[in-house]
Amino acid sequence: MSEEKNITLIVTRQDDPESEPYKETFSVPYRQNMNVISALMEIRRNPVNADGEATTPIFWEMGCLEEVCGACSMVINGEPRQSCTALVDQLEQPIKLEPMTTFPVVRDLAVDRARMFDSLKKVKAWVPIDGTYDLGPGPRVAETKRQWAYELSKCMTCGVCLEACPNVNSKSDFIGPAALSQVRLFNSHPTGEMHKSERLQSIMDEEGIMGCGNAQNCVEVCPKGIPLTTSLAALYRDTALESFKSFFGSDR
Amino acid sequence: MAGSRGYVNRRLHSLLGVIPLGVFLFQHLTTNFFATRGPEAFNTAAHLIEGLPYRYVLEIFIIFLPLLFHGIYGVYIAFQSNFNVNRQGYFRNWMFVLQRITGILTLIFVAWHIWETRVAIGFGWEELNYQLMEDILTQPFFFWFYIVGILSVTFHFANGLWSFFVSWGITVTPRSQRIMTYVSLVVFLALAYIGVRTVIQFAYGV
Ligand code: HEM
Ligand code: SF4
Ligand code: FES
Repeated sequence: MSEEKNITLIVTRQDDPESEPYKETFSVPYRQNMNVISALMEIRRNPVNADGEATTPIFWEMGCLEEVCGACSMVINGEPRQSCTALVDQLEQPIKLEPMTTFPVVRDLAVDRARMFDSLKKVKAWVPIDGTYDLGPGPRVAETKRQWAYELSKCMTCGVCLEACPNVNSKSDFIGPAALSQVRLFNSHPTGEMHKSERLQSIMDEEGIMGCGNAQNCVEVCPKGIPLTTSLAALYRDTALESFKSFFGSDR
Repeated sequence: MAGSRGYVNRRLHSLLGVIPLGVFLFQHLTTNFFATRGPEAFNTAAHLIEGLPYRYVLEIFIIFLPLLFHGIYGVYIAFQSNFNVNRQGYFRNWMFVLQRITGILTLIFVAWHIWETRVAIGFGWEELNYQLMEDILTQPFFFWFYIVGILSVTFHFANGLWSFFVSWGITVTPRSQRIMTYVSLVVFLALAYIGVRTVIQFAYGV
């Protein structure tokens, strides 16, 4: 089995955020159990394209290499996913690599997901503790709640759900399902719950929950299997109750 | 604060789609269905509705204002979406696209329908009776225009009912949402039957 085999990759490249994208084809030697990242590393080691011309190495992002950091997302054969868990043996050839379209391209396959982190700030996706004195241990979480909340905590801000959503685009300000689901996560936390109202208020606009159109692609594509549409529907309910409480008045 | 203006507008858009527009749609199709019992039955039913007290108030607040708001805001919502069923060919994504397409078709159909009936009657160009609809629907073009229009409106309402149940946080679990899909399908089939059956009555007298 020492026969030389090559795999072909067609990469959509872009030199800087402003320049025009172009396609470049590469041929790299096949190794067993290769993933897309190892193919990209091979090109980086020997930056020569399929026509034998020397070129610049391809730029991409990665971190964990085990699908928990979300940095390496790109569109592989038309499907947004993580390149670290995209196994070459399971992909059709030639393998087409493109940057995700929802985010500004930094260079080649690397995109700037800053909008996702800004969204997390918008929705206050944290538990505030002021740190000036010891608050002691917080209340315990019921096991049933811990189980579903844990699923929500798996989000790695990879951007795949935003890429799949028809309402996340340049015509709308919708922040997408990922950050919204975090509102449900932090509202379920016994200490985080103390700021439930504030978080709900932060998503009661068109950028937030009202930007959702129930196309439900997000839940189909999320690599972590997060029940995004359940989170969205739960937030629809919570924001409806929140508006009744804040308009008609109630102890909060 | 009870949310931003965008929030209130969306909530209002969603609510108006069902109450009063959905309720009115049901009432309207039911009244028209009297046509299947013959011209007299239809005329009696239509004149009962026409003769309702404070009719203009009812028309303005139950039909025209909600329709204008929901319709115009609906166009704004529809044009904010990028359709991507070519990449994400899931069932719900198709429904999402159809909801927007049928919304636009509904706008065209309803605008014409109101012009040709309510406005024409209001100006005294026409009189409300069986004959009016028979004259319209025996023309092949308008027969098909009404069929497409009625299928669009009833689909838009039935599928809208599904998303209404999500938008107000009634159906949260995947299971309840799936069952609601079947319920909305039944609503669509029932309303579409009522509407199409009535059109066939006017067009062919059977
Ligand atoms: C006149 C033209 C109309 C247009 C352009 C239009 C457009 C739309 C659009 C784009 C949506 C999707 C909203 C979203 O998912 O965020 C929608 C929802 C809806 N529409 Fe319409 N629509 C029209 C007329 C009607 C009529 C006549 C009815 C009732 C018979 C109706 C009932 C509904 C319902 C129940 C919803 C669901 C609301 C929700 O998701 O909460 N629409 N409409
Ligand atoms: S919700 Fe899923 S698809 Fe969306 S960013 Fe988080 S991990 Fe990625
Ligand atoms: S490198 Fe972290 S998810 Fe792929």
